[in-house]
Amino acid sequence: MIAAQDTRTRDNALTLVSVGLFCVFLWWVPNNLDGYKLRIINLIAINAILGLSLNLIYGMTGMFSLGHAGFMAIGAYVSALLVLTPEQKVQMWILEPIAPWLANIHTPFIASLLAAGVIAAFFGWLISLPILRLGGDYLGIATLGFSEIIRILITNFTPITNGSLGLKGIPSHTTLWMSYGCLAIFLLCMVRLMRSNFGNVLRAVRDDEIAARTMGIDTFKMRVLAFTLGCFGGGVGGALMGNLITTIDPKMFMITQTYSLLMIVVVGGLGSITGSIVGSILVTTMLEWLRIVENPVTIGTFEIPGIPGMRMVIFSLLLIAVIIFRREGIMGMREFSWSWLLGLGRKRGGAAK
Amino acid sequence: MTQYALTVNAVTLRFGGLVAVNGLSMEIPMGSIVGLIGPNGAGKTSAFNVITGFYQPSEGCVEFTHRNGHTETITGLPPHRVCAAGLARTFQNIRLFANETALENVMVGSYVRQKGRWWMNLVPYVFRAAEAEQAEILKNSMTLLERLGLAEYAHAPASSLPYGAQRRLEIARALATKPEFLLLDEPAAGMNPQESARLLAFIRQLRDDFDLTILLIEHDMKVVMGVCEHIWVLDQGTLIAQGNPDQIKSDPRVIEAYLGKEAAHA
Repeated sequence: MIAAQDTRTRDNALTLVSVGLFCVFLWWVPNNLDGYKLRIINLIAINAILGLSLNLIYGMTGMFSLGHAGFMAIGAYVSALLVLTPEQKVQMWILEPIAPWLANIHTPFIASLLAAGVIAAFFGWLISLPILRLGGDYLGIATLGFSEIIRILITNFTPITNGSLGLKGIPSHTTLWMSYGCLAIFLLCMVRLMRSNFGNVLRAVRDDEIAARTMGIDTFKMRVLAFTLGCFGGGVGGALMGNLITTIDPKMFMITQTYSLLMIVVVGGLGSITGSIVGSILVTTMLEWLRIVENPVTIGTFEIPGIPGMRMVIFSLLLIAVIIFRREGIMGMREFSWSWLLGLGRKRGGAAK
Repeated sequence: MTQYALTVNAVTLRFGGLVAVNGLSMEIPMGSIVGLIGPNGAGKTSAFNVITGFYQPSEGCVEFTHRNGHTETITGLPPHRVCAAGLARTFQNIRLFANETALENVMVGSYVRQKGRWWMNLVPYVFRAAEAEQAEILKNSMTLLERLGLAEYAHAPASSLPYGAQRRLEIARALATKPEFLLLDEPAAGMNPQESARLLAFIRQLRDDFDLTILLIEHDMKVVMGVCEHIWVLDQGTLIAQGNPDQIKSDPRVIEAYLGKEAAHA
C-alpha cells in the first residue's frame, strides 16, 4: 500500500516536471524558431486533437468513420465566420451578398471555438442517428458520403460560406499556447473518460456488441454519444486549423484530410491515447520532412526534376510497412505510464552492461 | 403457493416457414435451479434468445416476477432493458470483451446499475458522488472476482485466461449486473468430468449466495440431473416432457428423442 502511494507521488512529480519543461519549451520556441517550424509544431497539437477525436470514434468505440474532414470543415467555417469582422465580410462576398443575419455577428475566438465544436457535434449527432445502425465498412462508406455532402453544401451555400472562393484573412488566433492549451484540455478529458467505467463500456461495445447489449448497455446510445463527442473534437480541431492557416476553402477538407488523420490513428495505435499523440508527432513531421523528395535533386551534372506528390508515394509505402510489420500500430492498445518508461530505461540499461 | 420467477406463456418463434420454438410454456419457481435440455437444434438457445430479448416471439409472451412480487412482461423489451429488469445470461460460445482485463469485464457489467453519468468523470473533484461510486464499483468488482476465484487474473486480458476461468468470468460479469435471474447456456461445455463435478457445487453456491433463480441449458446429463430440480425437454421446438430428474430419466419420449425409437422400446 505504501509502495503504491510512493509510486503515485513519484508519477505526479514526474508529470509536473515534464509539463513545466514543456511550458519552457513553448516559451522558447516562438523567439528561436522560424515561422515554418512554428507552424509544424502548432500542427502537431492540432493533428493530435483531431487524431484523439477520431480515435475515440474508431479506436475506442470501433466505428470505422471516414467523415472527419467534413466535421473539421464545419468547425473551421463556423469559427471563421464568427471571428471575421463585419467589414472583412462585406469585402469578401463578391459572388453573392452575405446573408444579412450573418454579416454582423462577431465573437471572441474562444467562443467561436466552442461554437465550432458544438455545431460540428450537432451535425455529427444528426448524421449518426440514421447511419450508426450500419456497421463495419458500410459505416465507413456512409460517413465518407456525408463528409462529401458537407463539403459540397459548403461550396454551394454562397451567401453563408462564400462558396468556392473560401474565406481569407482569418485572424491568426491559433498561437502555440492556444493549440497546446486545447490539446491539454482534450487530453485530460480523454484520459479521465477512458479511465472511467464509461471508457470500459465504450471498449466493450467495440469488442463485442452482442455481449455488451446483454450486459444492459444501450449500445446504440453509446455509439451515438461517442460519435458526437468525436465530432466535437473534429470541429474544434478544424477551427484551430482555420485560424492557424488563416485561409480556408472547401478543397482543404477533401478525403485526403481524413486519410492523414486515419494514418495518425492507425500508425499510433487504434485505441491508444498515447498512440494518437505519438502518431501525430510522427505523421505531421514526416509529411513535412518528406517534402525534400519533391525538390529537384542534382547528382553531379544530372538534375532530376522534383515530382509533386512523390512524398505521398513514399508515405504510402511507409504505411504499408506499418500494416505488414506492426499491425497494431506503435503503441497497440497500451498507454503511457511512468513505470513503463522507467522500466524501459532499466531494461535497455541492463542490456547495455 | 409457489411463486414463479419466470412464466413463459405459449411462446412460438418462427423464422419464415421454420418453427424454432413451438408453443413453449414454462413456469419457473423462484429460487430454483431448473434445466432446459434437448438434442442439438431443438430450439433451446432460441428459447433463451426470446427470453433475453434478442428475438421477438411470433406468438406468446414472457413474464418476469421480481423478488418483491412485482410482475412485468419482458417480451418486446430490447436486450439491455431485459438485463436492467434483472435477467442476466451467459453464452454458449464464450463472449467476453477480449481486449479488456478480467476486472474491466466485470466493471462493464456494473454499468447498468451505475447512476453517475459519463460527463461527471470529466472534471476532477466536482462530482464527488460519481467518483465515490466509481471507486465503489472497482472495489465490488474486485470482491466479485475474489468470490469466484478469479482474483489472480484481475489484470490479465480476458482472452488470455484459461478456458474454465473464462467461463467463470462470464458468470462473474453477469453477476455484476445484479440479476435476480440467471440464464446459463451450456456452462459445462468443454469441461472434463472433474471440472463439471465442481461446476455442480458452484452453481448451487451461486444460487444460495446471490439469491438467484437459475435456468440452464446443458448437454452434460450428469450436470443436469445433478443440479436441476425441474427439467423441460425440447425436441424440434416442441416441449415433449417435463418433470424432476427421475421422471425425465425414465420418460420414453425423452429416450426416443435422444437415442432413437428402438432404444426407447428396448
